[in-house]
Amino acid sequence: MPKDHGIGASPKRREDVRFLTGDGRYTDDINIAGQAHVYFLRSDVAHGRIRSVDTSEAAEMPGVVRIFTGEDFAAIGGLPCGWCVTDREGNPMQEPKHPVLAHEKVRHVGDPICAVVADTLSQARDAAEAIVVDIEELPAVIDMKKAVQEGATKVHDDLTSNLCYDWGFVEDNRAAVDEAIKSAHHVTTLELVNNRLVANPMEPRVAVGQWEKGTGDYTLYTTSQNPHVIRLLMGAFVLGIPEHKLRVVAPDVGGGFGTKIFHYAEEAFCTWAAKECRRPVKWTASRSEAFMSDAHGRDHVTKIELAMDADGMFTALRTETYANMGAYLSTFAPSVPTWLHGTLMAGNYKTPLIYVNVKAVFTNTVPVDAYRGAGRPEATYQLERVIDKAARETGRDPIELRRQNFITEFPYATPVAVEYDTGDYHATMDKLIEIADIKGFEKRRAASAEKGMLRGLGVNCYIEACGIAPSNLVGQLGARAGLYESATVRVNATGGLVVMTGSHSHGQGHETSFPQVVADMIGIPEDMVEIVHGDTANTPMGMGTYGSRSLAVGGSAMVRATEKIIAKAKKIAAHIMEASDQDIELKDGQFTVAGTDKSLAWGDVTLAAYVPHNYPLKDMEPGLEETAFYDPNNFTYPSGAYCCEVEVDPDTGRVTVERFAAADDFGNIVNPMIVDGQVHGGIAQGIGQALLESCIYDENGQLTSASYMDYAMPRADNMPMFTVDHSCQTPCTHNPLGVKGCGEAGAIGSPPAVVNAVVDALQRAGKDVTHIDMPLSPARVWAAMQ
Amino acid sequence: MSKVSMRVNGRAVSGEVEGRTLLVDFLRNDQGLTGTHVGCDTSQCGACVVHVDGAAVKACTMFAAEAEGAEVTTIEGMANADGSLGTIQQAFQDHHGLQCGFCTPGMVMSAAALLKDNPKPSEHEIRKYLEGNFCRCTGYHNIVKAILAASGQEMPAVAAE
Repeated sequence: MPKDHGIGASPKRREDVRFLTGDGRYTDDINIAGQAHVYFLRSDVAHGRIRSVDTSEAAEMPGVVRIFTGEDFAAIGGLPCGWCVTDREGNPMQEPKHPVLAHEKVRHVGDPICAVVADTLSQARDAAEAIVVDIEELPAVIDMKKAVQEGATKVHDDLTSNLCYDWGFVEDNRAAVDEAIKSAHHVTTLELVNNRLVANPMEPRVAVGQWEKGTGDYTLYTTSQNPHVIRLLMGAFVLGIPEHKLRVVAPDVGGGFGTKIFHYAEEAFCTWAAKECRRPVKWTASRSEAFMSDAHGRDHVTKIELAMDADGMFTALRTETYANMGAYLSTFAPSVPTWLHGTLMAGNYKTPLIYVNVKAVFTNTVPVDAYRGAGRPEATYQLERVIDKAARETGRDPIELRRQNFITEFPYATPVAVEYDTGDYHATMDKLIEIADIKGFEKRRAASAEKGMLRGLGVNCYIEACGIAPSNLVGQLGARAGLYESATVRVNATGGLVVMTGSHSHGQGHETSFPQVVADMIGIPEDMVEIVHGDTANTPMGMGTYGSRSLAVGGSAMVRATEKIIAKAKKIAAHIMEASDQDIELKDGQFTVAGTDKSLAWGDVTLAAYVPHNYPLKDMEPGLEETAFYDPNNFTYPSGAYCCEVEVDPDTGRVTVERFAAADDFGNIVNPMIVDGQVHGGIAQGIGQALLESCIYDENGQLTSASYMDYAMPRADNMPMFTVDHSCQTPCTHNPLGVKGCGEAGAIGSPPAVVNAVVDALQRAGKDVTHIDMPLSPARVWAAMQ
Repeated sequence: MSKVSMRVNGRAVSGEVEGRTLLVDFLRNDQGLTGTHVGCDTSQCGACVVHVDGAAVKACTMFAAEAEGAEVTTIEGMANADGSLGTIQQAFQDHHGLQCGFCTPGMVMSAAALLKDNPKPSEHEIRKYLEGNFCRCTGYHNIVKAILAASGQEMPAVAAE
């Protein structure tokens, strides 16, 4: 019987009622009396020197409050980068300035030049059309390899080149890896592109800044995955506002997928301009604006080489990647192609020697940063593609080749600096073979063939590092922030609880799943627990939600705080029942004295904490409220095996995904329904990357895919039903819940499965195709077949 | 500015609008009905779907003035009279057909229009009909499942595996 409450149950989501009735409160739903609207005039060229900006006519137009240019921000801090990567020589990366409004130069299409504040958005937009901007156009730096050639045009005049860093990992392994590849029995080489994507949460970004004249307090309402991080970055590094005078609120947020982690210029502008204009200032991105101002994802060009011995055992792996940073360093951009990518290159395999080289490059494009998976999809894609190619080159079964190289003993220290705590890769592969009905493939292939369609099957594994945390480790790796999480548990007098968490829910359903954990620990109904998140004014300092970390790190903080609550409540119960607190047991919301029939209800004890008439006041303070900050000692390592079956139309090259199965090991599961949903969504984004999505710049740096007319978003009729399973569970050993995280797995594990399946279909049809770059559009597949 | 009058969720409303004011902006900004969302500027995403005189319409494709005299239903008008969730809304909750909730109003409005015309749609028909509604969270799996359930049908065999 499935559980009906607590950990492991799937109660209906409590947030759904407001979302289903139009009662959600997203940032754009917030309108403050007297607010003005800002419209950003953005660069329509990729690279140029600003000769002049004439706002005189625009300033006189109806409703215009004030027009700001880069000059207004010249004395104010730029947007900071939260991670410093050190290069192969031990030098810090090149770090350019990132002004709030472009100053002297524009560096990508969409770079904001002017901000027009007016009574209405229409007036602001009308006035922006009257601004005359004179730009001396410069050659656009778009191609990464050309960008780092001698004499290339520089995106930033004050840097020595367009190379942000040249990173080697593990540098000490380099010579041994080179030697192993040179002397290998077989080496498989693959050059590939990990296509640039746009995260595209359905809610565009919004910011509303407010400043109170009477107190000098600022408030920013924003579409963020981590309001505390925005408060710290914007307050301390951009605007110089101390945290106690700045409140950041991220109410209901309509999806994030990474792109709402970062601190953006528009947030800083609205906050600052609210004081300058003495009015609240609101900005809502149009979708076209989102395409040219939200941080993009992926965009790697990679060469990977896998060496094997005569028995098919992997002996060495070497990769060289060019990673696009875009025009400026977004908040966590430098960490993505390095510490979230290089450390995962061992995958699920015991390859003894690995060397990863990454060259991060500035170009005249929108900044690139973390997008669902962030670095781990790039690692998984190249590794699982090269293994598939190696299997085909050496006549081995792709599944068996993987199996014979699986890591089977844990904990396992990889040659790329991480230690996997648990996993069972054979178990997830066994489960995959079962749920994907791989045995039935031949029959389905024959049926496809009868229709004239080419059918293929692709399998791959993945591993990811989630629960992004250990602060001391990430500090050594260049993070300029801690990565703990926090929770305050406040018990009310009558027994209900409020959990204030630094995690942030923007679709993950924390308001439902977090109470399952807390209520289970105490033995009370879940509806006695309320979750508060998203507001720096009433949550403890926390790092927010990304990297599949909310339950592993935020949930663990919540467990620790609840443990403190229970310990104190037991002491109160012991006093009232005149027993030793060692003898007090808490079960089903009832305190009992072991071996006696004495008992007290949860509510009696919580009431005593706030009405302390019979209370050990000499030993304990009244009240029942505890805070915990949790900082784990390792990442978590979810893993799994994915299978995709496609049909390829030989006449058109059109690929359809016919079946998709995912067997994941997420450790313990709190809410299976929510976990299924997270995997579904991740798979759809992965299939989107593999078949549909691509962000395209032309050679002049024009973003040619800046609307939903041009950027192919996955639609309902592009997707099959998914078969997902997470019954293989090797609990994480170092967090109290034994959870690993599930938010990114689907997006990490699915792209190679799709591409492997298409290559399989074509090879079975006798085509000499070993690789096609994503997205596998009909044109690309058709061309590859010819 | 000109005056526009219509019935929204059974209530007579009117307001002063510019000629260029879109129906979605009139609903959100003038009427405070913020359940209808704006997710794009090219009429692709479907977050703004409402019913105008019984037909599903993307409220970003229509000027407010064009809805003069019309009967408009938004997500705020979809619950039962007693405030409980309507059949489609309840199916979305039961089958986890939403995550961040931003596309959800448009999805529910489109689903309602589909089921009105086609009370027992197949999985294929549902997916085709939802072509104009983007969801970035769910991969559509549970949305399709919810609409099948709302129409009183079982899930197709593949998903039951």
